[in-house]
Amino acid sequence: MNRGALRAFVVKELRHILRDRQTLTILLLMPLVQVILFGFALRSDVRNVRVAFVDPAPDYATVALEARFRETTRFVVVSSGRTMSVVEPLFRRGDADVAVVFEPGFAEHLRGAEPARVLLVVDASDPNTGTVMQNYARAVIASYEQELPAPKGALRIATQTRMRFNPTLESVNLFVPGLIALVLTLVSALMTAISLSREKERGTMEVLLVSPLRPVQIIVGKVLPYLALAFANVVTALLAAWLVFHVPFRGSVLLLLAESIVYALVSLALGVLIAARTTSQRAAMLGAMLGTMLPSTLLSGMIFPIASMPGWLQPVTNVIPARWFIIIARGIMLKGVGLPNLWRETLILCAMAVVLMAASVRSFKPRLAS
Amino acid sequence: MRTLRFLLRKEFLQIFRDRLMVLQMIIMPLFQLLLLASAATFEVKSAKMYVVDRDHSSASRGLISRLQAGGRFVLAGASSSMSVADEEMLGRRAAVIVSIPADFERDLVRTHMAQVQLVMNAEDGATAGVTQSYAAQIIASYAREIGVSIAPAVREGPSIEVRSRGLYNAELNYRDYMVPGILVQLVTVVGTLLTAMNIVREKELGTLDQLSVTPLGTGVFIAAKLIPLWLIALLELSLGLLVARFVFHIPMRGNLLIVFGAAGLYLIAALGIGLFVSTLASTQQQAMFVTFFIVMIYLLMSGMFTPVRSMPVWAQWMAQLNPLKHFIEIMRAVLLKGAGVTDVLRPLAAISAFGAVVLTLAVRQYGRRIA
Amino acid sequence: MTTELAIDAHDLTRTFGSFTAVDHITFDVRAGEVFGFLGANGAGKTTAIKMLVGLLAPSGGQAMVAGFDVRTQRDQIKRAIGYMSQRFSLYGDLTVRENIQLYGGIYGLADAVIAERTTQLLETLGLADRAKDLVRTLPLGWKQKLALSVALLHEPKIVFLDEPTGGVDPVTRRQFWELIYAAAARGTTVFVTTHYMDEAEYCDRISIMVDGKMAALGTPAELKAQYGVSSVDEVFVRLARGAKAVA
Repeated sequence: MNRGALRAFVVKELRHILRDRQTLTILLLMPLVQVILFGFALRSDVRNVRVAFVDPAPDYATVALEARFRETTRFVVVSSGRTMSVVEPLFRRGDADVAVVFEPGFAEHLRGAEPARVLLVVDASDPNTGTVMQNYARAVIASYEQELPAPKGALRIATQTRMRFNPTLESVNLFVPGLIALVLTLVSALMTAISLSREKERGTMEVLLVSPLRPVQIIVGKVLPYLALAFANVVTALLAAWLVFHVPFRGSVLLLLAESIVYALVSLALGVLIAARTTSQRAAMLGAMLGTMLPSTLLSGMIFPIASMPGWLQPVTNVIPARWFIIIARGIMLKGVGLPNLWRETLILCAMAVVLMAASVRSFKPRLAS
Repeated sequence: MRTLRFLLRKEFLQIFRDRLMVLQMIIMPLFQLLLLASAATFEVKSAKMYVVDRDHSSASRGLISRLQAGGRFVLAGASSSMSVADEEMLGRRAAVIVSIPADFERDLVRTHMAQVQLVMNAEDGATAGVTQSYAAQIIASYAREIGVSIAPAVREGPSIEVRSRGLYNAELNYRDYMVPGILVQLVTVVGTLLTAMNIVREKELGTLDQLSVTPLGTGVFIAAKLIPLWLIALLELSLGLLVARFVFHIPMRGNLLIVFGAAGLYLIAALGIGLFVSTLASTQQQAMFVTFFIVMIYLLMSGMFTPVRSMPVWAQWMAQLNPLKHFIEIMRAVLLKGAGVTDVLRPLAAISAFGAVVLTLAVRQYGRRIA
Repeated sequence: MTTELAIDAHDLTRTFGSFTAVDHITFDVRAGEVFGFLGANGAGKTTAIKMLVGLLAPSGGQAMVAGFDVRTQRDQIKRAIGYMSQRFSLYGDLTVRENIQLYGGIYGLADAVIAERTTQLLETLGLADRAKDLVRTLPLGWKQKLALSVALLHEPKIVFLDEPTGGVDPVTRRQFWELIYAAAARGTTVFVTTHYMDEAEYCDRISIMVDGKMAALGTPAELKAQYGVSSVDEVFVRLARGAKAVA
């Protein structure tokens, strides 16, 4: 008896969603555009480092060293002069990243007993980039030093590095798990909250209440289409990432989809809770932003590593569902691990889902009744 | 103009009577600022290091303790098996594996040359590159130190001593770098989003039609919509700067007037985008989604998270068209580097040009509603 | 006898893609009369009124409102007319007084004039003690009366009312029509659309639109005689029977 009513309700919801072409287009486009941007444009490694030379007394050694920098693809020479005065404005304007300052008599010192000195001035506004750029510069200088005739018997320890799970440091590989979480949160939490609160505001919710549908069914009926939509979105993004950028998918797809469902349920429950507790559509929008979108993007480890966060903030991130999902998604996609490794995080997500869903159903009933 | 006065009064009354709007304009951005400024860092504090030492010599042990000495690397465990180390890395208990081969010390003594393998967990992002840099630096200086004891018969020969100095960020504090960008982002979201939603709300309610029937000029209407939010966004920027200064101690080395001047110009562009969005959307929900979409793209391509310089050439060209990128650049230059007006002329010009174009397009698009 | 025409429309047409909402309607409205623009929901009334007030551009035909062309002289039209839309479109989050003052300012009335007319208006409507209340707290009937009065505030030559009495109780409807008559008595032309056929009896002349076309035009008495019925309602039913089924 009620199943027919529920189905009609779900169909109606789907029609609503499909009719709002604009929102639908944006929802489908957003993850695609992000994948494309991350795949083609955004890089976290450091390239095109602009280097300026300050050489008060050029000699064969400084010229040779300068040539070394020019030869590399990492560095782009932007200026070569005698004094620092040229360089300072370059830094301020953001036209130079590193300055290599030679001391006078460089070649002479190389031939003699004292070490030849060079100063690296690095724009450390971005400390990470600053460190990396400094390292690149040192490496160039070191390789030049290596090839000097009769080098000092200094020891060299060469380091061979392997980047595990992401050999090329492709940022798209790193971002796709976060993208999935973002899309799921957006559709499951934000859109559900808006849709439910809109019905409340318009008064159509009361009509539903008088119908043979039970409150639980109303919620399920509302929520099911958004779940389907979230899924369609996730699959699209994953396909795009895989086909176009060959983002690795080393683990089980089924497991990832299953975990995504759990995470979606958590977000949906949050969306329902927010709609139940707010009195207008705009308030629901605001609440969903503050309560789901912001924490999911900022505190989940999606963009900013949790290990880098201040000590007091790190435990706080434990209540953010997205944090656990990101670990799971990254584990499955990048490392190819399965439940044996991820059981702890999965359990936490499932527990969150159960608790929040119960809370949302309970909070919606008295609201609807009032 | 007299009509403008009447409309401005209406706008301000409406804005301040709307409690949600006030929340959105003041509380949410401040909350976001506090949260973001605390969380937004890619700083690498200490990395958990797992050691696979097959040499067990004084040289290898010395290297391991040297790595730990600075506090950047913390020993998470050691064994002679690479597969155990790998398991630890899979289980997220180790971020770096340092593998020292069996003939490490012997090679050093005999050939003055040895190898060490580093395996980084590149799951977590750009931090892998930085951690590697730190490790490489420590290993290199270790090599120099033990060179004296292992190869004491040092022949005279050329050597280069490299010193380095980091500018603008003595403490290598990530927050100083991120907060200017965060402020820009907040002001943008508020400016663009609220403008779009504000106008679309009048569309939704039908009050827009009522106004269209009056002799009210389009220009006056748009001015009345943009001016209050322009002022409020600037106010917000000031509040944000106060918080940045006194809560996070962000340096403010340059002239703040430049910041406000740039902000004023930038906001014209940001609000213009909001105006443009309002012509596309018919519900507030749509306005919100479209705005987020556009702002998200601009934000990602702005150099806030990843350096513009590392982007492919076509993307760098696109970034030139991105007002966020220019404004963030100005903010960072003025606050961190103490830049003056002449140093930021280029981005200022870019912002102004963009603002002029967007506003013109938006006004024109707005006038086309009727047909 | 040539009387001045407030509205003069010839073959006015509006299409949306393949759908013709308003199909070559021709009619005129004389200055000072109360003209009822009737038709079922979806017959094209609101589209027609939007073309007359300058909210929509016509796809074909022409129209003169207050002597100005709707295509080329929109600004002049706007200064000469008042409009009350179907949906309540004053600002719910402003007070009664603030709404009146806002529109007074928009229509360029001097401060003194605004003050004077505000007091008058508040008195006439009996809203003097609610002047400082937010408009959204007023009951629907009062809101409608306020909207009408604001539309008349700058003493326009023509006032367009789109379904002004929708959802309002009969007592309020009567009060509303009293306001309309008062305006007409002052020389304002009133162009009112409605789907309440009994209100048609209050008008000087009426027109009935069916499926975008003008199906009838004349005084209520003329039309009743023409169709041999005793009420405009029945005239409408006769005409509507021939109409296409509305989807």
